[in-house]
Amino acid sequence: MSTLAERPLSAPPDAVTSAPPRGQVLGRRLWRLKWGLASALVLLAIVASAILAPALAPHDPLQVNIRNRLAPPAWMARGDWAHPLGTDQVGRDLFSRIVHGGRVSLVVGISAVLVASAIGVLLGLGAGYFGPRVDWTIMTLVNVMLTFPFVLLALAVIAVLGPSLQNMIVVLGVAGWPIYCRVVRAETRALREREFVLAGQALGMSHVRVVFRQILPNLVSPIVVIATLQVAQVIILESFLSFLGLGIQPPTPAWGNMLGEGRVYMLNSWWIAAFPGLAIFLTTLVINLMGNALRDWLDPHMKL
Amino acid sequence: MRRFLGRQLVQLAVVIVGISMLSFSILHVVGDPVVLFVPEGAPKEEHERFRKLLGLDQPVYVQYWRFASRALQGDFGKSWYGDAPVFNLVLERMPPTIYLTLAGLGVALLIAFPLGTIAALRRHSIVDSLCTMVAVAGQAMPIFWLGIMLIIVFAVHLRLLPASGYGTWQHFLMPAFTLGAFLAPITMRLVRSGLIEVLSTDYVKTARAKGLGERMVVLKHAFRNACIPVITVLGLQFGQLLGGAIVTETVFAWPGVATLTVESIRNQDFPVVQCAVVLLALIIVAVNFIVDLAVGLIDPRIRVSV
Repeated sequence: MSTLAERPLSAPPDAVTSAPPRGQVLGRRLWRLKWGLASALVLLAIVASAILAPALAPHDPLQVNIRNRLAPPAWMARGDWAHPLGTDQVGRDLFSRIVHGGRVSLVVGISAVLVASAIGVLLGLGAGYFGPRVDWTIMTLVNVMLTFPFVLLALAVIAVLGPSLQNMIVVLGVAGWPIYCRVVRAETRALREREFVLAGQALGMSHVRVVFRQILPNLVSPIVVIATLQVAQVIILESFLSFLGLGIQPPTPAWGNMLGEGRVYMLNSWWIAAFPGLAIFLTTLVINLMGNALRDWLDPHMKL
Repeated sequence: MRRFLGRQLVQLAVVIVGISMLSFSILHVVGDPVVLFVPEGAPKEEHERFRKLLGLDQPVYVQYWRFASRALQGDFGKSWYGDAPVFNLVLERMPPTIYLTLAGLGVALLIAFPLGTIAALRRHSIVDSLCTMVAVAGQAMPIFWLGIMLIIVFAVHLRLLPASGYGTWQHFLMPAFTLGAFLAPITMRLVRSGLIEVLSTDYVKTARAKGLGERMVVLKHAFRNACIPVITVLGLQFGQLLGGAIVTETVFAWPGVATLTVESIRNQDFPVVQCAVVLLALIIVAVNFIVDLAVGLIDPRIRVSV
């Protein structure tokens, strides 16, 4: 009987130990994120319907038709398939208004997040890279702003600026930057001491170059995940401001102001408030699911 | 211990000053109070007259100093709409908001703790997946829509609860539930992840090895330690909770600070808005401070590390 020392240590030459084909690994990763993929498809459909709204909507969202006001959705009694989700209090087709309303939400969502991420990332890079005094000033500002609930800050600034699309983008962008700043600063501080950064500095790279060419590319993953999740938050906040009458003004269709107007008719015409709200809920849900899947795809250990 | 307290107090002071500066700048730097105050079409002389009257021709730091020193004495000026002292106006609307916030917190804890515990104990089971799905759906739900849907179902169709207003315990039910449903998903996830982490620690293994029943292990040993991250984040989430309360109030016509703020915005009554913002922020800061202290007291590791 051979002893342990005499037996060769070679591994058995079968397929168990060789790596599975790359396609299979990819396939398995994608299947684990099936909810995220499904959500991404639904989101694509929502975005497409918003972009193609003029072609997709069966009626003009602003066309008033008092004779047909408060018509219920098609599947109910007195409903009509010409107006699949019913009409509102002045007879405008609800489905067309919802499809057009998506445009507003998406435009505000994406623009505000772009503004917020630009400000937040720049300030975060500055706070993390430069010395303690810059860091302290910026982080105190961040802590103060994070104390305020997003809603309160947005309300306060809209109070002064007045309701309009541009003001909302500004407000939501300016209220949303601190979260980027905090995360980017932490990562920048960690990366600042790495060898490739020190090497770049030793080679004489300017600070700007080091920050934008060496540090920033490593921050893309967390920034993208935060931005995705924030789009959903901004959409909800924009809807809330419009719901209060402080955002997009009627008659421009926006999910929030449709909810606000429909509230008055809740007693008998619940659909005017129900369907825009459902649209907000679905969009937000889909964006959240996709954002979570994106985070798991890019880096499962991300602390977000 | 004293150093920890001292550090916290300094941070508190800095944040309070920061809040006052931010609130001040929103009105005075972002917008022009004179333009907002004077009626449209008024001649230039009126603008100048009001500027002198409101003291807005002074440099910004003088104005800020006046605002801050008066605010410390509780003088936030008079309402532009009704001429009543602003501080009293806001203060008398505070209790309903606080009650709603506490009720919402209570409902959230009531939902989140049992669900989070079950999800943690029966990890990877159907119950866990269901709880996670409910949490994800809950986080995506716009609160004002949930509130309106609840009103439609319970007040309009079933006629069980009043649609809005304040007074009896029935008036509390739907708003508290709406607010609780807003905070519950994230709390549930925290409870679940905190408990999972704690259940794999050595002292829990020791408790099990000692022969203690599962219930004793969970309740007596695991819970206490899992509570620390939950309390910390809940304290930090107090700002979110108040934000949720603001939204809930507007849906249910709750006579609190938020409805006052929204009304004042519509009436362009800025001193009220400014005072409400400062007071609400102060409450959040105070709660965060207390939570930080409490966590420092409970967990000695935090006291010595920071």
